[in-house]
Amino acid sequence: MSDPILSLRDLKLGFKTYEGLVEVLHGISLRIGRGEKVALVGESGSGKSVTARIILGLLQELKSARISGEIHFDGADLEKLSRRERQSLRGTRMSMIFQDPTSSLNPVFPIHVQFHEVLRRMDRNLTQRQGMQRAISLLTDVSIPEPERVLQAYAFQLSGGMNQRVMIAMALANEPSLLIADEPGTALDVTVQAQTLHLMRDLVVRKGTSVLFISHNLGVVREFADRVYVIYKGRIVEHGPTDTLFSKPLHPYTKALMAAVPRITGGGIPDIAENSEAFLDPMIDHEVEVPA
Amino acid sequence: MIEKTAELVPVLEARNISKTFKAATHEVRALDGVNLSVARGECLAIVGESGSGKTTLANMLLGIYPPTTGEMLLDGALLPARRSLPLRRAIQLVQQNPLSSLNPRRTIGASLRLALDVHDIGARQERKTRIAALLDEVGLPTEFASRYPSALSGGQRQRVAIARALACEPEILVLDEPTSALDVLVQARVLRLLDELRHRKALTYVFITHDLAVVRNIADRVAVFERGIMVEMADTETIFTNPGNAYTRSLIGAIPIITGEEEALRKTVLENKSVH
Repeated sequence: MSDPILSLRDLKLGFKTYEGLVEVLHGISLRIGRGEKVALVGESGSGKSVTARIILGLLQELKSARISGEIHFDGADLEKLSRRERQSLRGTRMSMIFQDPTSSLNPVFPIHVQFHEVLRRMDRNLTQRQGMQRAISLLTDVSIPEPERVLQAYAFQLSGGMNQRVMIAMALANEPSLLIADEPGTALDVTVQAQTLHLMRDLVVRKGTSVLFISHNLGVVREFADRVYVIYKGRIVEHGPTDTLFSKPLHPYTKALMAAVPRITGGGIPDIAENSEAFLDPMIDHEVEVPA
Repeated sequence: MIEKTAELVPVLEARNISKTFKAATHEVRALDGVNLSVARGECLAIVGESGSGKTTLANMLLGIYPPTTGEMLLDGALLPARRSLPLRRAIQLVQQNPLSSLNPRRTIGASLRLALDVHDIGARQERKTRIAALLDEVGLPTEFASRYPSALSGGQRQRVAIARALACEPEILVLDEPTSALDVLVQARVLRLLDELRHRKALTYVFITHDLAVVRNIADRVAVFERGIMVEMADTETIFTNPGNAYTRSLIGAIPIITGEEEALRKTVLENKSVH
């Protein structure tokens, strides 16, 4: 795939602490093609969310963070951009959806005010009325009934599923090239989570948005992503097309992850060994060669 | 699986219980006319989404508040609205988030000790060895007794919460989303521990969860709740192969799955809707 929308090469991250440098990412390389939906899957503490924060340019603001490696977004070297330039990318050309929609919306402003703020990032001269109209059409895109009523409401007056749809609509409002979804909908009920995920998938496919989908839930990843990267302790251990990875996982860590998921076909609770040395085996890349 | 004869002696029974919460302007019927019984040694799963009444039911089983109407029985005897210490000891709770359910200022050992002291279990001198045995039972090293919850990982903390519940030597454990906050690898290990403990100590479980994939692998029977009403109750196999209720089917349809066999099962379940 030529000219990816995002590519990370040998991304390293450490935090300076009183006890010296703590390394969190040990050289992450990944790429997302245009219109591609890529998942980064791993357990808590594996480095998923910090990777997202670096791409958004948020960790660069932190004095204790030591970042090295290359980050190219839409052909531009992100590390060469000024703080202001990085800031102007956020919410316009790349945007993010967080785990808990209700707490990521501002409780003291009604939805339409927050929508207007997002839309004005692209068009400083947007009037109230134009903003309202845009917002209504965006909320219709995410199948929200009575968008006018929702726009007048506050986040706490809406259900979690409704807030999640509002978040999706807002994140896609400025037609970003890249959407980062960090554990979207984990805080929601399963049926609501399934609905909003399908909705988000259909919408990004229609708009051709590239997605970095961060999750610990293998089932959700399987239904959403085209390609998957598995991250363990700050290293990518295996990556490849979703179908290949799920039907033929090769890395010991990926195998353990898959074995640990309870199956609705039964079979009892798997016996999972303690974290083993084999989990640190070299990375397996399904695209370069498939080892026998 | 439990013996057929065991089903004749319910250890815990709820007869037509309802719970209504009163607010200044309106009433909320959190649970409506629920009948269920749990047999000795069985694992009964209570499944539903938020607002279905799962936790209200758990709180009433534990005696935190009584039902508005209806009655509950333990070993055939009526449970009073205010329970005596031995009755409270018989039914213990493991919550979802051990970080908030364990006292952060108390060592693991002290938390376990408190349970023993309150219920006056075992001789005073031997409580220390009892604490070590409890930690060992849940697969933790005994030196963890001197540590604080903040020094433990999520999975280790949940093991401590299980040990604390076991300290009371209960007949019944109410497990309220015990593994929902854990990573998959850790979840598998904790579930395995719970399964082993039930068989080893002949415990009875009321397992509250929204995760049907977990239910399939640990429960004997399943009760499905939707907005305060028990819409379906059946043995686990039936729920997954031939669910009789549309809501149950939608729950099964929403489970994220990872294998082709699961996909096939889910498909048949969803297509079966014309049958009922």
